[in-house]
Amino acid sequence: MPTKIKKIAKPVEEKPVTPAKSGRKIRLMQGNEAVALGALDAGVNFFAGYPITPSTEIAEILALELPKRGGVFIQMEDEIASISAITGASLAGAKSLTATSGPGFSLMQEGIGFAKITETPCVVVNVQRNGPSTGMPTSPAQGDIMQSRWGSHGDSPAIVLYPDSVKESYELTIRAVNLAEKYRTCVILLLDEVIGHMREAVTLPDIANIRIVSRIKPTIPRHWYKHYDENQKYLSPLASFGEGYRYNVTGLTHDALGFPTNKPNEANDMMERLRKKISYNIRDLVQIESREMEDAKIAIFTAGITARAAKSAVAAARAEGIPVGLLRPLTIWPFPDDAVRKMLRNVETVIVPELNQGQLIHEIRRLTKDKQDGNLIPIQRANGTLITPNEILRIIREVH
Amino acid sequence: MANIPQKIIHEYLRHDKKFPHVWCAGCSNGIVLGSIIRAIADMQLNRDDIVMVSGIGCSSRMPVYVDFNTLHTLHGRAIAYATGVKMFKPNLKVIVITGDGDCTAIGGNHLIHAARRNIDITVILINNNIYGMTGGQASPTTPHEAIATTAPYGNIEPDFDICNLAMGAGASFVARTTAFHAIETQNYVKEAINHNGFSMLEIVSSCPVIYGRLNKKGSPADMLKHMRDNSITLAAKEKLPKEKTEGKIIRGILKRDERTEFTDAYAQLVKKVMGGKHE
Amino acid sequence: MSKAHEIRLSGSGGQGLILAGIILANAAVIEKRRVTQTQSYGPESRGGYSRADVIISDKEIFFPEATRFDILLALTQEACDKFIFDLKDKGILIVDNTQVKNISVMSEHTYEVNFTELVTEKLGSPITTNICSLAFLVKITGIVKEESLKQAIAGSVKPAFLDLNLKAMQLGFELAVNYGK
Repeated sequence: MPTKIKKIAKPVEEKPVTPAKSGRKIRLMQGNEAVALGALDAGVNFFAGYPITPSTEIAEILALELPKRGGVFIQMEDEIASISAITGASLAGAKSLTATSGPGFSLMQEGIGFAKITETPCVVVNVQRNGPSTGMPTSPAQGDIMQSRWGSHGDSPAIVLYPDSVKESYELTIRAVNLAEKYRTCVILLLDEVIGHMREAVTLPDIANIRIVSRIKPTIPRHWYKHYDENQKYLSPLASFGEGYRYNVTGLTHDALGFPTNKPNEANDMMERLRKKISYNIRDLVQIESREMEDAKIAIFTAGITARAAKSAVAAARAEGIPVGLLRPLTIWPFPDDAVRKMLRNVETVIVPELNQGQLIHEIRRLTKDKQDGNLIPIQRANGTLITPNEILRIIREVH
Repeated sequence: MANIPQKIIHEYLRHDKKFPHVWCAGCSNGIVLGSIIRAIADMQLNRDDIVMVSGIGCSSRMPVYVDFNTLHTLHGRAIAYATGVKMFKPNLKVIVITGDGDCTAIGGNHLIHAARRNIDITVILINNNIYGMTGGQASPTTPHEAIATTAPYGNIEPDFDICNLAMGAGASFVARTTAFHAIETQNYVKEAINHNGFSMLEIVSSCPVIYGRLNKKGSPADMLKHMRDNSITLAAKEKLPKEKTEGKIIRGILKRDERTEFTDAYAQLVKKVMGGKHE
Repeated sequence: MSKAHEIRLSGSGGQGLILAGIILANAAVIEKRRVTQTQSYGPESRGGYSRADVIISDKEIFFPEATRFDILLALTQEACDKFIFDLKDKGILIVDNTQVKNISVMSEHTYEVNFTELVTEKLGSPITTNICSLAFLVKITGIVKEESLKQAIAGSVKPAFLDLNLKAMQLGFELAVNYGK
């Protein structure tokens, strides 16, 4: 799925990173490796992280590669320090990224909220594992779908991407970095443990064919600079520390200059800005894969690794003549409301398989007015094993 | 304190920021702010190159008022944010303004690891022995048996010696003074900023409105006089018998050594692995 | 070769089965075929269970874990007991009878070889049992070409250990040729 991203400004390279020379021929690649290479190709030049299964390979590869390219790798004392360091580095001009898994992702939530309220670009990769708590560290789960949207306290709209293959892990990492820069926010990339550790044959695109987006830089004199200025799309230029624009950044509710405020009108402006920059740009943010949906009477809605099982089930069911299709969000937040509404209009039954006790299904239910629960079928599991194609196929047959 | 040119302070305060500040009358944060500004003015540092980072608490509000690159972060995390800034742009002067609770309770982990790395960050810790902003809860430096709203029967916990903690963790510059000693503070701020490595400057301060009232410490002036009368220099301490130094605030540069600074070490690493290919 | 082949390599942690899976997958990439390789293992790096799945196909592979195996390699009794019921009816079972003493369901195509003992005896240590048994599997099933396997091994192991691993591969091939003779 090609990413459709328009260049919005001439990229400004603060610290040019030598592009990856990973030999662009076909090779076997792990999902986590694809994330690391995607980060490098997207221009990420700062990584701070803390080791955690099953995300550690991302840190290990970047520890090897970033110094070679003049970028910064630092292993922090914990995940709280990691999200803090990438946010600080981003304000100094870095394209920054961290990678973690459930327990670390939980620790990062306050820092993610800070990056969002201060509108500081950064990317958090969460290679999900089974939980709650320490759970089963080497087993898959899709339990962080809601946390990636609502994990930080307060209202903070989220951009969350969710690949289902090794190649797409590479592509969506680049997209995550691009969107973080464009929308000045913390973008989250959700991977499944199985995707992170899976190996597939991948041919990376030529560096020249990759669209890279960098933050817009202010072109106005210092005294006119507003750290939270905005254009009609709610996007705004971002100066880096050390460039002469001596602005204030605070996690307190702030005015357009970045100074703390308690005034309801200014608080309202800030909150609306955070909301609108996502909701007014839905078309740019949402990506979905629609497969065999044209004549489908049964739809499967799922993401990540579970979509791989669903694709297999759809192929098998189609071979039996059952009209079934798959709708898969690549951008899980903001939720693809329009596509889901269209799906709900056109099909009789929706099957929602997910590796948790029910998260995606709540969003479908939110958009369902005329569908009874009988037409909305969950397949849920959080025991560390994948939902298999056969399980989905069985349900498809039952429904049919 | 007579001939402090007021103009300097005003030059460094933000004109577009809404004053007044959040500090109570009698708080010593303002004295410390004055000392810091005078030190920076004396050093003739370019304001564009200064990044002042803070966490949450009374002292952590300081960056909002001054005309530098300022970053007011989360409770306890100032040093971690500062690490990100410094690692990416080592040419910037990164100063962390923090308090006893912010830096040694919730932020203790970041403090010890930044000290261990010896990253060139100047931590100015204003120690008022209490959580002032939230109304007087016990902090890791609330003295034994002192009263706090969360230690209403007297604090049963022993307190941290912040300078010893920083030295033990590997900070290469450690100094202590008090808010009363404004010129000394100014000088130590300069020393700390000039030091290439992790520096911890503890400034013993006073919170007359909260800590002072809870513990019957008298007026703001009384608390400042207490700093004057109850502190001795490191040099004086070494000459006095142990019983005469017990309970005194020891002022002075307690540690200064020149071990490898972290961003320098990283630059060396990059040079090594790039084999001279870059720059 | 139009259908997907599902292969599971199973045993305990530290036996190098995930590496064997990567090598097999790399051999398939060399032959320009579609492949996925997944794994499951316990949190410990030695001991515990371990398995690597490789699916080789000429069409797009959707679900990346093996669910009905065309080939099952089991190096431990536990692995054999756990996975044998998911072997296809005509599937190929290869066990290391150094450890696997009891096969509850005998497949039509069952191969029992004391890989660990033989490798230890011939090559001085059991460390390359993974490569030896993989080579046996390749020779018996023809899932990839021997030359592709050799190339994949060369690309995956450290140069200092290449010679040893190639010897183990050769041993695996010979065991397959002489099996039952």
